Amino acid sequence: MNDLSHDQRVAGLKGLGSSRKRVEDARFTQGKGNYVDDIKMPDMLFGDFVRSQYAHARIKSVNTAAALALPGVIAVLQAADLAPLGLHWMPTLAGDKQMVLADGKVLFQGQEIAFVIAEDRYICADAIELIEVEYEELPVVVDPFKAMLPGAPVLREDLAGQTKGAHGARIHHNHIFRWEVGDKDGTEAVVASADVVAEEMIYYHRTHPCPLETCGCVASMDKINGKLTLWGTFQAPHVVRTVASLLSGIPESSIRVVSPDIGGGFGNKVGVYPGYVCSIVASIVTGRPVKWVEDRMDNLMTTAFARDYWMQGKIAATKEGKITGLWCHVTADHGAFDACADPTKFPAGFFSICTGSYDIPVAYVGVDGVYTNKAPGGVSYRCSFRVTEAAYFIERMIEVLAIKLGMDSAELRRINFIRKDQFPYHSALGWEYDSGDYHTAWDKALAAVGYDALRAEQTQRVADFKAGKTRSLMGIGLSFFTEIVGAGPVKNCDILGMGMFDSCEIRIHPTGSALARLGTISQGQGHATTFAQILATEIGISADLITIEEGDTDTAPYGLGTYGSRSTPVAGAATAMAGRKIRAKAQMIAAYLLEVHDNDLEWDVDRFVVKGVPERFKTMKELAYAAYNQAIPGLEPGLEAVSYYDPPNMTYPFGAYICVMDIDADTGVADIRSFYALDDCGTRINPMIIEGQVHGGATEAFAIAMGQEIAYDEMGNCMTGSLMDFFLPTSWETPHYTTDHTETPSPHHPIGAKGVGESPNVGGVPAFSNAVHDAFRPFGLKQSHMPHDHWRIWRIANQLGLHG
Amino acid sequence: MSKMHLKLRVNGKSVETLCEPRELLIHVLRERLNLTGAHIGCETSHCGACTVDMNGMSVKSCTVFAAQSQGAEVTTIEGLAGPDGMSVLQQAFREHHGLQCGYCTPGMITRAHRLLLENPLPTEEEVRFGMAGNLCRCTGYQNIVKAILHASVEMNAARKPQVTEAAE
Amino acid sequence: MIPQTFEYHRPKTIPDALAILTSHGDEARVIAGGHSLIPVMKQRLTEIGHLVDLQDIGDLKGVSIGDTVRIGAMTTQHTLITHAGLAAAVPLLAEAALQIADPQVRYVGTIGGNVANGDPANDMPGLMMCLDAQFVLTGPGGTRTVAARQFYQGAYSTERAEDEILVAIEMARPVGGYAYEKQKRKIGDYATAAAAVLMTGSGGKVTAASVAMTNLSDVPVWSAAAGEALVGSDCGPDAVKAAVAAMLVDINPSADNRGPVEFKRHVAGVVLGRAVARAWSRC
Repeated sequence: MNDLSHDQRVAGLKGLGSSRKRVEDARFTQGKGNYVDDIKMPDMLFGDFVRSQYAHARIKSVNTAAALALPGVIAVLQAADLAPLGLHWMPTLAGDKQMVLADGKVLFQGQEIAFVIAEDRYICADAIELIEVEYEELPVVVDPFKAMLPGAPVLREDLAGQTKGAHGARIHHNHIFRWEVGDKDGTEAVVASADVVAEEMIYYHRTHPCPLETCGCVASMDKINGKLTLWGTFQAPHVVRTVASLLSGIPESSIRVVSPDIGGGFGNKVGVYPGYVCSIVASIVTGRPVKWVEDRMDNLMTTAFARDYWMQGKIAATKEGKITGLWCHVTADHGAFDACADPTKFPAGFFSICTGSYDIPVAYVGVDGVYTNKAPGGVSYRCSFRVTEAAYFIERMIEVLAIKLGMDSAELRRINFIRKDQFPYHSALGWEYDSGDYHTAWDKALAAVGYDALRAEQTQRVADFKAGKTRSLMGIGLSFFTEIVGAGPVKNCDILGMGMFDSCEIRIHPTGSALARLGTISQGQGHATTFAQILATEIGISADLITIEEGDTDTAPYGLGTYGSRSTPVAGAATAMAGRKIRAKAQMIAAYLLEVHDNDLEWDVDRFVVKGVPERFKTMKELAYAAYNQAIPGLEPGLEAVSYYDPPNMTYPFGAYICVMDIDADTGVADIRSFYALDDCGTRINPMIIEGQVHGGATEAFAIAMGQEIAYDEMGNCMTGSLMDFFLPTSWETPHYTTDHTETPSPHHPIGAKGVGESPNVGGVPAFSNAVHDAFRPFGLKQSHMPHDHWRIWRIANQLGLHG
Repeated sequence: MSKMHLKLRVNGKSVETLCEPRELLIHVLRERLNLTGAHIGCETSHCGACTVDMNGMSVKSCTVFAAQSQGAEVTTIEGLAGPDGMSVLQQAFREHHGLQCGYCTPGMITRAHRLLLENPLPTEEEVRFGMAGNLCRCTGYQNIVKAILHASVEMNAARKPQVTEAAE
Repeated sequence: MIPQTFEYHRPKTIPDALAILTSHGDEARVIAGGHSLIPVMKQRLTEIGHLVDLQDIGDLKGVSIGDTVRIGAMTTQHTLITHAGLAAAVPLLAEAALQIADPQVRYVGTIGGNVANGDPANDMPGLMMCLDAQFVLTGPGGTRTVAARQFYQGAYSTERAEDEILVAIEMARPVGGYAYEKQKRKIGDYATAAAAVLMTGSGGKVTAASVAMTNLSDVPVWSAAAGEALVGSDCGPDAVKAAVAAMLVDINPSADNRGPVEFKRHVAGVVLGRAVARAWSRC
């Protein structure tokens, strides 16, 4: 060991900063993953739903006779069967309640009416087809503005007469909440007296995270041992356990929840779905394990959608372009139940980050949540709790303001950026941004893409277009985002009352390897690889000798799960802190063995060395053994530590994205020429994995901006409920990405890391959308709602008279 | 609803099972033969997570009835490992971070395996076109393409030059 | 996701297949590659009591190249692309086939399946009309030939009787320039609009032109008028404009997620213009 140099020892750890290859890949590349639908248990049954074909209807009758007569059908559950257990409705994460099974009426197309339990999925499908539902159609409302009109259809009869909801007063039968923050009067005064005001309605359309694996579970009630085991696609297994206990009355000590391998989450797998509840009930009732796995159409049409925010903005500035105030009102379409997966006190998530990367002295945000005849959800798809909406809003408002001022928007951004010396920065809407150096990142990005040359090329292209020499327009899409992740401080962040801390428990084995368990759960982010790296650097044991486990509530310490890029900021901090506790105890062991005082030792990569006496040291491996082998006065044997970390603040990653596209004005086809993404996520744990996150998130952003949507017709029929029309790009359409970075550590995080998973979606959508807008800016375009699919781009060109 | 006696070869072994003619091949593989590597990601034949190699072709096994596969020669991801563990292609996916959640990966690798048999040294464009039947939500494809290109180079470097007797 | 039960038949010969179709009438359907039919069956949008799998019938396979090109109905898109003889004789087929679906679907999907089910979104029907292909049908009453240009009556409604099987597709070996231009939202999507063009020229003038449009009506559309507008012209901008105007009279697109009617009409004109330009450049 002492033959290796310092650098060799550091490299051997494969710790922080190493592009360590993933430990997960061996099983995934050989088809040996263990996903929910891979789970088979003896006597297992299969359950699936009869779903509503209408968006709003009374259920007059449900005839199950023919289904029950089919051999292999065990039972059919309806709301009436769940009611005695109090389970026909369940609480949502947003303080509302939602139907588990249709209780007299249905409120969105695809809503669950009955749960059929059968010997296998084929019989189950046959049985579902035999069930006859008699509906009485009711008037449908899919437009949130129409839903708030005086004569609008009543959706939530269960809330009749309730003028207060979980978040305050309700002003209309389809109103959910009004949430406000900032200085309304001050902002309106600034807007009223400003030199320049740009006003625009920015719509971020409804879409869906669509992970490749749909949602599902296997519920197994062991009546002999009185234990319920639930495997499922859960991004927050401990929360699911707590909820399952509250709903079923079974104590948490008799419930085990396991998240096995999960095929993508993206926020789709945070909440509790009727399928989980019905499977649990079915298992209790039948005494057999019950599996539920939804189809893709079920997933798209009924599980947690994303976005659907109508954001009316007013941005005030001086003639020179200095922003003086920002006003925003949001009409938020939540669907039929408010099931937003937000921290309890934040019904509009962290939307108030919408002052973005800019030093704006006064601002106001008001959000009205509204019920419509659509599926519930709203917070998902790498949104960091509505941060995607906020970033899109401000990055579009900057562009709209630039048009009003006749300015280049890159320059407009630069003169309004929060300066490095202003950090920690207190935003007008109440956030304390931890650290940032926006000017450096912006200059680096603009230089990397050759911004001035691109603008010159664009100017020539416009001239050529006007002269009839070309039918191709060129757009340069700019995006400088600041996002807020790492929820969050327990004092104001909780999920159903559970504070949003996270945890890590470490046990070092006598022969010098280790096991660490976390309260988070990877759905592809590579935690088994990266959290070992954090620990390796803290405790001087190679990452290859550290096993990371997550997802089993019987063994993992309580955590709030993985979403909103919170794993690195919160569980990563817990990991570092637990590692430091290990090291602190190891230091005492070393002091005992070397017969010196604790303070006479210093830490060097993987060992404690006596200060000034380099040949006297003890490696962590030796200290681990000693912990089991030595009787040390005042110290317990063993080498184990746990940390529950309550973060003092959120973290604020940021980035600069620039997209160049060439648009065919006649066909509406956009060709993405280049996409440059500079991310600053603070300390970079594994550069290879960061790059992968950026590629993936930017591809989601590409899809969202350029064609993907969950669309409804006037009758509430979902028009994009399958992959025929729900746009998921293939390898052919997906652009090539150039990634880059700066590194501005978070001052409050133990290793300075901020998290990165959601950044590329947050920053990516504005970049793609702004490119489309930028291409048409010279012809008078101010705002055109996404998605920018072929026909909508064609329509822009058409309305601007470019097809003459 | 009488069952049929299905006999086929999977990963080089003869297998047989009783199943309904309407059962989808993906279900036969996953539920009856316990080969859970290939996955289901949709029901409209778009995503390709179910891709297997059947009779020398890349096929979406969710769009094949068990009855149609009578007598077929099928290779799944479980049959694609190298002699000493991971194949060159599987190693390349790991080396170049061509996967994250792993759900699309068996379909991707099974399709890439056939792609490289069709075209041993493809260009990037040919790889993107040839892999367009397999959707991924995590990686943005860039590292998948990189993995396949690297694997193709390595596999061709390992190929010994043909001796004359092969030309007869 | 789960199809209904059916009885499965895998006949070895055409007469065997016909016998099954005859005895079960409208409860029986043939299946070729299955990549149009099986997704529909998985959605339970169609009831099929008896599925007749054609994969073992040798007489439905094979390609012969002469002055007449004959392609067995069970020939896959993959074969259309990789068959050396076809690539030389009818390069338009490969150009179109490469724009259909994705590699896995092309391995299994057949020209017969694409042509026979009457789905207006499929690419091969319009192509066959452009090529003036003849469909060879066999039924209990014998074998007959129906021109592609006469075959399509409405959406999912064709000249083929329920008890007939499409056996082969024949066409005269085409000469001159060719092009298949298809705009779509992504690989795997049907056409927003597509145009198939065959042309010959002499001395800088168009001597013959055949134009067919796809997914712009409830049937594929062979536009005689568009072809006529090109014949005798120099294929310059005015001629193309006239061809587009003539074509627009013959199509009747519907609005869907790809866009409104106005957009589809616009794109139809664009793809036709580009197909004509490319075909002319190959003359």
